[in-house]
Amino acid sequence: MLQKVVRSTVIDAPIERVWAVLRDFNSHDQWHDVVAESRIEGGERSDQVGCVRSFSLKDGNRIREQLLTLDDRQYKSTYCIVEATVPLLRYAATVTLKPVTDGNRTFWHWESTFATPPGRERELRDMVAQSVYEAGFANLRRHLQRGGDLRAPGQAAMPVAIALPTRRVVLNGYGGAERLQVEDAEVPAPGPGEVRIRQRAIGLNFIDVYLRRGQMPTLLAPGGTPGMEAAGSVLDCGEGVHGFLSDERVAYLGPAPGAYTGIRNVPVAWLVRLPPAVDDAVAAALLLKGLTADALLHDVAPLKPGARWLVHAAAGALGQILCPWAARLGAQVIGTVSSEAKARTARAHGCAEVIVAPDYRFAEAVQALGGADVVVDGLGRQAQQENLAALAPCGHWISLGQASGPPAPLEPDALLAKSATFSRPLVFAYAAQPQALARRAARLWAALADGSIQPPTIERFTLENAAQAHARLESRERSGALILIP
Amino acid sequence: MIRLYVSTVLEAGADNVWARIRDFNGLPQWHPGIADSRIENGEPSDRVGCIRHFHTRDGGTIRERLLALSDFDFTQTYEILESPMGVEHYVATLKLTPVTDGNRCFAEWSAEFDCDEGREQELTRTIADGVFQTGFDALKRLYR
Repeated sequence: MLQKVVRSTVIDAPIERVWAVLRDFNSHDQWHDVVAESRIEGGERSDQVGCVRSFSLKDGNRIREQLLTLDDRQYKSTYCIVEATVPLLRYAATVTLKPVTDGNRTFWHWESTFATPPGRERELRDMVAQSVYEAGFANLRRHLQRGGDLRAPGQAAMPVAIALPTRRVVLNGYGGAERLQVEDAEVPAPGPGEVRIRQRAIGLNFIDVYLRRGQMPTLLAPGGTPGMEAAGSVLDCGEGVHGFLSDERVAYLGPAPGAYTGIRNVPVAWLVRLPPAVDDAVAAALLLKGLTADALLHDVAPLKPGARWLVHAAAGALGQILCPWAARLGAQVIGTVSSEAKARTARAHGCAEVIVAPDYRFAEAVQALGGADVVVDGLGRQAQQENLAALAPCGHWISLGQASGPPAPLEPDALLAKSATFSRPLVFAYAAQPQALARRAARLWAALADGSIQPPTIERFTLENAAQAHARLESRERSGALILIP
Repeated sequence: MIRLYVSTVLEAGADNVWARIRDFNGLPQWHPGIADSRIENGEPSDRVGCIRHFHTRDGGTIRERLLALSDFDFTQTYEILESPMGVEHYVATLKLTPVTDGNRCFAEWSAEFDCDEGREQELTRTIADGVFQTGFDALKRLYR
């Protein structure tokens, strides 16, 4: 009776990458542990249908197999045994890959039929299923994780578990931008649950300035490295990390600073994969601000069509994302800016009304428009009374930043007259669960793709010029996003 | 001819998921976009050739005919007879395949159809994201 073996799995890699290995009929000795040597007979190419490969297995057996089908459109390969020292008779096998579109992974199906000498059915079925197919799944997974498919044959594997040199920015004391200094550093191999990233773009945020000034001392002590987000590619993965491969493009944001560096180890839970359409600079410029906007619009103050949103620094990096996105979702967006030039930027980014208020006097103008249902406040201390005055009844005041100084203590009863709500969210809490992070990132890239938000204007600085970048971030002439290039 | 393809991995065995989705009249029980469904002429919902008549939550009426049903390889194929979407020659297939390592299955939903020029992208998005992926997301929530 003909025996049948079917095994299948899901590989955390795009189908093109898995197929590039499997379509090569002569590749098994590079990734499958049971195969000691593989060669194609008669000097034929390994993608020549009809070619024969000759395997020497590590247990001493020899197998000759012929390629019967190679289908690049359906990611399918069929082959049969023509001669073997193991008693697999009339053995024909098919490997089929299919894309898992939801997650850019690969479904891998491997099946075969064969006959055996009487009484050895079960033994040989188990051998094929476990030693060849299941072991092959695990071996190919490991091969891809190490980037084995990205090297030329014979080239040494990337050194793993060694420290790598890099340059990083350190804060040599709280204070001005000149406190940021660049030094040599070594980044150890990633620990359990960590991924080592070669960073190609680092996003700057106002929280970096607060950290530098010493306004959040529990988060960053002198001697530490600022920076909450970056984009780049995976170098290697620590123990227990599944789902990321070397060279895969990723970005992250995390609640612990340390991003101003060329190479960094980060917990795998912080990472999101980057779609091809989003380059490293855009990802670094957008991720933290975009996810902040997403959390505001969908969770902190779920947007109701027709609601009036007052957004300060509307021409700033966050404003350029939040205002058009809120407008697209149906809000009436009122922006405040510090100059006429920025007012033009704000109008081009979704603001129905723009108030030029370099002195933080805007409440009267907002009340003339009916008051704000939601205030997104990055201004802090000097605008506190104005924000309270600008709120509509039952309004929600979201305190996100403190460009004009840390907010003064707020009496709960100050909210009573308007029955108002006050919140002080940090984006990291809204991105702490990997599923929530992935969902928010997917919404952000979709908003970028469908034009709800425009690609940000980006100013680039080298890592060595981090101090100049901070000075620029603090100047009120700027609009748009700043990034560092290591 | 437009072709589209959506696939996912569900954290439950293929036979288990199939028991839920094989009912051609059962969409409202698992797909969040479907309000109600009935089979025309009182036919059984697993009779190849039967027609389901259902309403989407946004009020659209759709009639679809079951073209193939396989309990052997967990496959269901159907065509649209009537819909507000403006598609022609629309045939779709929903298929499950067991994933042998772990108690999970690989789910595929594909369709091909014709439409007016210029509407390809919009319809691809509506069907791939709004119908297929939305359905898969609901199943993923059920089996996580």
